[in-house]
Amino acid sequence: MTERVGLTWDGMESLVSTETAKRTPLYAEHQRLGARMIPFGGWDMPVQYTGIIEEHRAVRNAAGIFDLGHMGQARVSGPDAERFVQSVATNDLNRIPDGLSQYSILCRPSGGTVDDIFVYRLPDSLFICLNASNTRKDVDWLHAQHRVSGMDCTVENLSDRVGMLAVQGPRALGVVQQLTDVDLSALPRFGVVEAPVNGVPTIVGRTGYTGEDGVELYPPIDDVVDLWRQLLVVGKADGLMPIGLGARDTLRLEAKMALYGHELTEEITPLEAALSWAVAFDKDDFVGRDALLAVKEAGGPARRLVGFTMVGRGIPRADYPVAVGGEMVGYVTSGGYAPTLDANIGLALVRRDVAGIGKPLDIMIRNQPVAAEQVRTPFYRRPEATEKGNA
Amino acid sequence: METPAELRYSEEHEWVRMDDDIATIGITAYAQDSLGDIVFVELPTVGRSLAAGEGFGVVESVKAVSDVYSPVPGEIIEVNSALETAPEHVNNAPYRDGWMIKVRVSDASALDKLMDADAYAGFTAH
Repeated sequence: MTERVGLTWDGMESLVSTETAKRTPLYAEHQRLGARMIPFGGWDMPVQYTGIIEEHRAVRNAAGIFDLGHMGQARVSGPDAERFVQSVATNDLNRIPDGLSQYSILCRPSGGTVDDIFVYRLPDSLFICLNASNTRKDVDWLHAQHRVSGMDCTVENLSDRVGMLAVQGPRALGVVQQLTDVDLSALPRFGVVEAPVNGVPTIVGRTGYTGEDGVELYPPIDDVVDLWRQLLVVGKADGLMPIGLGARDTLRLEAKMALYGHELTEEITPLEAALSWAVAFDKDDFVGRDALLAVKEAGGPARRLVGFTMVGRGIPRADYPVAVGGEMVGYVTSGGYAPTLDANIGLALVRRDVAGIGKPLDIMIRNQPVAAEQVRTPFYRRPEATEKGNA
Repeated sequence: METPAELRYSEEHEWVRMDDDIATIGITAYAQDSLGDIVFVELPTVGRSLAAGEGFGVVESVKAVSDVYSPVPGEIIEVNSALETAPEHVNNAPYRDGWMIKVRVSDASALDKLMDADAYAGFTAH
């Protein structure tokens, strides 16, 4: 038995050897829990603890805790902070008041994607979460844009000072609530608050990357280990389990959330990735606006991201070609077995004329066409009943 | 990790059980553990002839796709089609319900190149 395609969710892991990979403060905790580690985005991270499917189900049915210490964070502060972020990110901060957050995208002037980000509106600054493998690139890009802008604000890379954990699942809020006095159920979806958690000032966002309710926690980096341990203790009765990157990928795929390097790259625009809802053409100028607007006014991009379910036997994987009637029309950006649906699903970037819900695709699996059907996305949507304080 | 004494093992982590001239072939407990949750098994058609070391199938876990090879040459006389709907047998019982194919061995000398259980346990220990 030899591996033909391994660890298909990053595309970067093979570029970094385990020896040079960075470790989060929780590395020893992962080892103690028996995690299997892999290089991911320049970091040595847990891919699974007990098993990807079991961990996936724990998040859908109870709660899971994720070490996201590989993710980057930046803070933009000063009088022009908002104006600056408005000029470099595609979404519109005017859509959200203080105390909320939004998904947004950094584009090149060409419309290609530097990174997809989350912007949290804090009372005194904008706090931004960045993808692990892009952190250096993003901060350099923001600094370069800041220099040309001449705006009165500062862009700080906080990645070495701020830790990040996520607690996700229908019981996630109840778990975290035991360590804080702030009423988490009163926090709206995408809400953000700075409050003591486990006795330590922490940025708490009602955000996540799983399709479930839950929070992302940003404590000072030196307090991450203690917070992780306390959460596992208080969460035990609710079935809280540590979750690796393997289940993080299957969870986000079912929820159709983009993974940088797959659905978005320097060569893929947000419009192609079906993220036009996060591109605000009606606000003032931003980097990439002209290029994206030209595409939009010309009738939209020539290729689109679509979701599909396999009809024939086979598992779609990233980079597999996609055909219609024997003609190559695109490729799979992400794919795999979806534990909640017990089906094989994927996302593909295909020629516009073949895109459409219900329309067929052939996924080329080991040079053989295997039938798939385009379906409505997200593939999985959580039951609304579990959601309180929905914005 | 379990390595039954009566089996022979390849460096690619397949096992072989001989009954007269019939070899039953699967992947080892070590292999299934390395792969993690197995969600798809692709098997060949009965009647196909295999050379020693030739790929005959594909096993996919949530995170990886791997080729499986026949450590012995011969004709495929049976495949475990139950794995099409229950690939988890490979995780739960790699040496029993998780078997993949049966081959009528055309040259038994290929078995001499395989490891016994002790050698395989040592091979996977580091």
